[in-house]
Amino acid sequence: MDSTVATGTEEKTWGGGNEPLKASYGKMMMWFFIVSDALTFSGFLAAYGFSRFKFINEWPIADEVFTHVPFLHGQELPMIYVAFMTFILIMSSVTMVLAVDAGHHMNKAKVTIYMFLTIIGGAIFVGSQAWEWATFIQGDYGAVQTKGGNILQFGEYVTVDGEQKFKRVSIDDIAIAQESDRAAHERKNGLWFVDEATLPPYSVNEIYAGLMANENVLVRNQLLDENGHKTVLSRAESLKQIKENGKLVVKGANLQVNEYGTTLFADFFFFITGFHGFHVLSGVIINIIIFFNVVLGTYERRGSYEMVEKVGLYWHFVDLVWVFVFTFFYLV
Amino acid sequence: MAHEHKLEIFRGRWKFKSNTQKIWGVLGFLTFVTLIEVVLGIYKPDVLMHTWMSPFEGGFFATLGNILFSPIVYMKPLNLIFILLTIVKAYYITWDFMHMRDETGSMRKMVVWTGVFLICYLIFILLQEGGYVFEVYNGTDSLIKRDF
Repeated sequence: MDSTVATGTEEKTWGGGNEPLKASYGKMMMWFFIVSDALTFSGFLAAYGFSRFKFINEWPIADEVFTHVPFLHGQELPMIYVAFMTFILIMSSVTMVLAVDAGHHMNKAKVTIYMFLTIIGGAIFVGSQAWEWATFIQGDYGAVQTKGGNILQFGEYVTVDGEQKFKRVSIDDIAIAQESDRAAHERKNGLWFVDEATLPPYSVNEIYAGLMANENVLVRNQLLDENGHKTVLSRAESLKQIKENGKLVVKGANLQVNEYGTTLFADFFFFITGFHGFHVLSGVIINIIIFFNVVLGTYERRGSYEMVEKVGLYWHFVDLVWVFVFTFFYLV
Repeated sequence: MAHEHKLEIFRGRWKFKSNTQKIWGVLGFLTFVTLIEVVLGIYKPDVLMHTWMSPFEGGFFATLGNILFSPIVYMKPLNLIFILLTIVKAYYITWDFMHMRDETGSMRKMVVWTGVFLICYLIFILLQEGGYVFEVYNGTDSLIKRDF
């Protein structure tokens, strides 16, 4: 608007300078980008839906996967931490929109404060996501992967308040160490040009010995019953499954194995939350740049804080995507 | 630059005195919706855990009915509620935080209709295909074995 070069043809319809949508070029282009980025994210989430529909009767239950809250060890609190993260992101969206509002009133001091708070909110969110990743990669109970790639987990029935409940048992508690010749391959003790990934904490034999020794421990597989719980096998079947099909002991999750169930779950989790986290990170960096421009008075001199508004659009979009990621990864 | 803000939400049922107040009001509403989601997600009421309707059996009209009523025939009510609440949240983030409410109608339609149309298309194709692959894996005559 302000930067339009006068060419003398503005008064004609096709002479340029028309703004039928009453939005500046920069804002339009930001919306253009947001629509295309929204389609990218929908593509990812729809692909997640595809894989989930493909394994609809064995998909991991999110409430059993994301149960941790920092500083509260050993307590199962599904949803709490991710709800906190969602609130932080919405809150930083609010400070952003307040910054935009202050910008409309040309109030430099307020824009500075609100931009700063937005950056802090974004940083807390990215940090939380890093923690969430670390916890997911670390894993908690461990499992055995079968030849067919299915996951077998351990647990036992305990009576809580007169009700039978299946309580998970960690592989650390049942494994019985055994003599083994299998040593991790290192460059110094084997082929100098080959690397080997870290070995699993236990061998399947150690787990099997532990299962034999602990009479009340049962195995449950990935399949969901009609109540949405995983199927718990009988004692005989448990032993048989581990003995015949057990191939690899898994703890935690990465792109190849996932102790919680289908590997695709971990792949999509890393990919989608990672891509979103990357957006948040770049949003924080852009916000920092804009923050310094505000502090230096660039927009004060320019006479318009529209740049803050454009960055704000991007920041709100990141929040918008998170709302959907939250629903499809943690709720549904 | 003049910035006119529409200062009412819920079709005029909730009016605000200033833009700042509206922002806090919308924050309150979004927090409330998130809170409902979290509480439902933790307690998972039994009523909402099973579909309220079983699929129609029979010929062409049964199939048509299943497509029309697919959200309640095939989806747990709880998941349906989550998805609807998410769309409500998305609406208020776009309309009030991203100032869509103050843009011209044509601008709104350009962004929203394009997105909604293409996203619905994507979802339909991929979920349909996912359901098909599930049948290939788990159908009565499936040739693939994965239980080992």
